[in-house]
Order: sequence, then C-alpha cells, then structure tokens
Amino acid sequence: MTTQEEDVDVSGVLERVKTGVNAFDELVMGGLPRARTTVVGGTPGSGKTVFATQFLAHGITNFGENGVLVTFEEPPGDIEANMRGFGWDLAAWRKEGRLAFVDASPSAASDELVIGDYDLAGLLSRIEHAARSVNARRVVLDSLTQLFDHFIGDPKVLRRELFRISSALKKSKLAVLMTAERNSEYGEITRHRLEEFVADNVVILRNVLHREKRRRTIEVLKMRGSHHAEGEAPFTLLENKGVVAIPLSSLRLEQQSSDIRVTSGNRSIDEMCGGGFFRDSVTLVSGATGTGKTLLVTNFLAGGVAQGEKAILFGYEESRGQLFRNASGWGVDFAQMEAQGKLKIVCLYPEAQGLPDHLLTIQGLVDEFQPNRVAIDSLSALERIAPDTGFREFLISLTSFIKKREIAGLCTATSKSLIGGESASEQHISTLTDSIILLRYIQEQDTMHRGLMVLKMRGSEHAKEIRRFTIDGAGMHLGEPFKQAPNVFSGGDAEYRT
Amino acid sequence: MPAVNEPVLRLYVAGTSATARRAEKQFADIRTHISDEWKVEVIDVVERPDLAERAGILATPTLSFDRAERSRRIVGDLGDTNKVLEFLGIKAKGDPE
Repeated sequence: MTTQEEDVDVSGVLERVKTGVNAFDELVMGGLPRARTTVVGGTPGSGKTVFATQFLAHGITNFGENGVLVTFEEPPGDIEANMRGFGWDLAAWRKEGRLAFVDASPSAASDELVIGDYDLAGLLSRIEHAARSVNARRVVLDSLTQLFDHFIGDPKVLRRELFRISSALKKSKLAVLMTAERNSEYGEITRHRLEEFVADNVVILRNVLHREKRRRTIEVLKMRGSHHAEGEAPFTLLENKGVVAIPLSSLRLEQQSSDIRVTSGNRSIDEMCGGGFFRDSVTLVSGATGTGKTLLVTNFLAGGVAQGEKAILFGYEESRGQLFRNASGWGVDFAQMEAQGKLKIVCLYPEAQGLPDHLLTIQGLVDEFQPNRVAIDSLSALERIAPDTGFREFLISLTSFIKKREIAGLCTATSKSLIGGESASEQHISTLTDSIILLRYIQEQDTMHRGLMVLKMRGSEHAKEIRRFTIDGAGMHLGEPFKQAPNVFSGGDAEYRT
Repeated sequence: MPAVNEPVLRLYVAGTSATARRAEKQFADIRTHISDEWKVEVIDVVERPDLAERAGILATPTLSFDRAERSRRIVGDLGDTNKVLEFLGIKAKGDPE
C-alpha cells in the first residue's frame, strides 16, 4: 500500500491501514481508513486493548509504520508485561524508537481538583510530541472511558476536547484508534456516548455467554464513507497471535472447481459418483448410528494413502485406540500408515474448546501436515457444542478452507432417527457440501438392510439408485439396488403407513 | 531549574489562547497574595511537551504545587484565590501562623 502525501482527501479513495486481524480487514474492505478515527467499543474483558495493541504491533512489524500508545488505565510497564504473551515486545520497540508511550494512567503522585472550564491541550501536545519523536503513522488511545472517570463533572467539555484531539490527529494523517467501554453487550454503543462525537468508524467487540460457552465476536457498526460487511464475525484470542477472527459470509466464492477425480476408497462408490470424488470438494456422509459412516471414512483415508496421498483425520467421537481397532477390523492398518508419515489421526473432545478454536486447530494442522485429503468424524459432535449460527459459520469457514487448499474433504453427520430423517447439521451442510452420500437402515418385510445412495454430486452425473450394502471383515460391499424404492427421507415409509 | 525537592509552583498553559492569558492573569493575582520567596514557573505545553509528559499533564490550565510530598494540582479556573491557596495548602501573606 502506498501513501500519497498530496491529495489524500480530494481523491475520495481512503488509504487502508491493515489491522493485523486478516478477517477483520476483509470486513472493512482492506483495513481501517487512514486519517480517520475508529472507536472500538467493548465490555471489560472483550479484547479491546489486545485489538488496539495488535493494530500498532502489526504496523510496526509488517509495514514499518511506527506507533504511539496513549494509555489511560495501566502504566506502560504493565502493558508491556501483559502484551508479551501475544508475542509483542513493546519494550524493544520502544527502545528502538518505533513505539512511543504517552502515560496518562492515573498518577499516584498528585491530588487534583478540577474547577470550571479547561482544555486537553496538555494531552494533545504530548501525543503530537510522541508521534513526532517516532514518526508515527498510527495512534491508539486506550481507553477513553478512564479519561471520563478522571475528569468527572461536565462530560460536554470532554466531548468537545476529544473532538478537538481527534481532528488534530486526523489532520496529521494518522490512523487513530480509540477504545471505549460498554456497559452491556447489546445496548448503548459506548458509555458516555462518545462515539457520536469522535468516531468516523465504530467497531464493537463482544464476549457473550451463550449456552454456557463464551463467544467472542467482532462487528463493524459504522464506516463513514465506505462499505463494510455486516454481522458479527467470531474471533478468538491466541497466544503469540492476539486476535484471530474467522472469515465468514464476506468470503468470496473464489475457489477453483477442479475436475480431477480422486477415489473414495471404495470402487463401487467411485462408480456411483461418476468416477470418484472431485479433488477440491467436500462430501457429506450422513446416516444413523451404526450405518457405516466411520467405515466410509476409513476407506477414504486408506484409499488415499494407497494412491500415495497423505491423509488426516479429525475424530470427535471416538478415541484413537477405538479408531485403530475399528480400522484393523476392516483390514486397514492405521498404525503402519502413521509410521510411514502418510496418515495423521487427531482425536479431540468437542467440548475441549470453542468452535472457532476447533477451526483454527484444523487449519493449523492441515497447513502443517499438508495432506491431500481430510476427514472429519463427525460434524454432529461439533454441532453439540455450538449455537446454531456459530455452527453455520464454522461450516462455511471449514468448507471454504478445504476447497482453498485444494484437498478432498469428507465429513460425517449423524441422523437422529434410525430410519431416515434429517438433522439440523444435515440441513446446514447439505447446501454447503458438493456431494452427499446417505446411509440408511431400510426395512424390507422382516429384515433390516443397509442402503446407500448418492443424493447429490455437484458438477457430475451420479447413480440415482439406492444400493444395498453389507459390512464384513474386509470392509463394505455394495450389492444390488433395492427393487421396491423405500422412502429414505422421512422417518418411516409413508407408503407403508396407513 | 530548582532542585527536585524544593517547593515550586508551576503553571501549565497552552500557547497564547484566551484561556491561557486568563490563567496567567489569575496566577499573577495569586502571586500578589503569597510571599515573594516562592519559586514559580510558567510552562507552555505546546512549546515544551516534554515537560508536560514528565509531569503527566493532561489538561490546561493546570496549577501544580510540586514539593517533596504529594503534588497538588488545580485544573481549570484559578479565579478564586482563597480556594486555590486553601486546596494547595499555601499560606497567604499576613495570615496568622
């Protein structure tokens, strides 16, 4: 990104300043505008200081843009200590002249009395002095609420003065970020309504308790003079990284569609799918418990490894030991594949972390292991721990990630009823996956059979019949189609009901 | 500059604004009520942001009574001399001990 010293204002195009939170920058069309003031509001503990510090840290480390941190709450030493865990060495930057502090934390060394009218020229000249001393391009004021607590009395004076400071800093072509506290997650935007006076842009950080889970989100409420994506994007706070947001609906559908086919691990299913799965597609296997979903997953992994591919499995239902035993029961040796570095099996409790963290775990391990195929068993286990919207967001991010990496994905979902029926996860994911394979118990007279059908195969012909299959020590065997078509979609067959 | 622990009255103002001029006038008036022995300084925070930083000044005008013990500061209107001196804990000329 380049800066033009002249005509920044007349050009009408706002230079964008990247925050270091990639998914957030996408929401605001590339970053926060230069020479504008952004107010970041949030309840205590919502991550305001981390977000603000990351904004400075990213400028310093990635763009050579130095920064000023004006702190109203904690003294600089405390902030340096607190931010070290996120991998930011503020003290070193301060010594190198890349970061300057303005310490406006409550002073223990003086008693103060405020009478009548005053201005904040002292603060402004200190900020400008600090900005000059390190040639800063970014300024953070954290948090304005403490300033209001300091100058109790007439808030009108403070609003006027904050407006003055904001204008002066904008005139110096600085990207200004101010944090402010909120009383509640959904209500007044900030205490003292200061965003009305100083903010060109308003961003809200939330930390909501929902169904006994903490859910952090970031929302762009207002961007003066430019577009932004609407809605709350989930984020998480990570060691050595800071704020990591999860890209959502803003994600463009830019993935290339490949017509390269890869094996499902079962020749008959490959045939039913018109020659196998597509390489960069996500397939859903849906069925009641015991219908053979994990077997399909095992075949999928083993089939890839047999072709010289690398495969990774994220298991959320069964332990490693159990998965290995299952596999060897079907003649597949997971241990040997792992020893050869061709397979990686990761088993996690769904409840161990929130969905955004699960997503980051998957992304991190996939990028580390570089597999050609990935399996997730099962989505239903993950759905248990998330609110509905959170799960949908997770699925969108997961499927687009898999496609972006151009690897083949296989996910499983458990239907709630034994015969037919759709679960919520199926409804969500059916529109997001490229292919769907249904496994069903089908009753024929007095016997229960297993049936398999390919419900959907994006961009390809596929077999329409429902095939019988059996499972034995050698795996899955597909047989003849059912002659009298049963209804696999509803619980129980309507034709058999009266 | 006076030694660190020597008591001194410092007035912080910003530039030559009307507020700054009024504060300087009020400060001059206060000085007529106290001993001539007092060390005083007037600091323009626009000229000397470094001194404002060191003293932790946010608002102007600020009248700061700096001494070995805790500093005392008055921000804003310094028009009421008695109130100012009382808060700072400074004796007016002619007051009984």
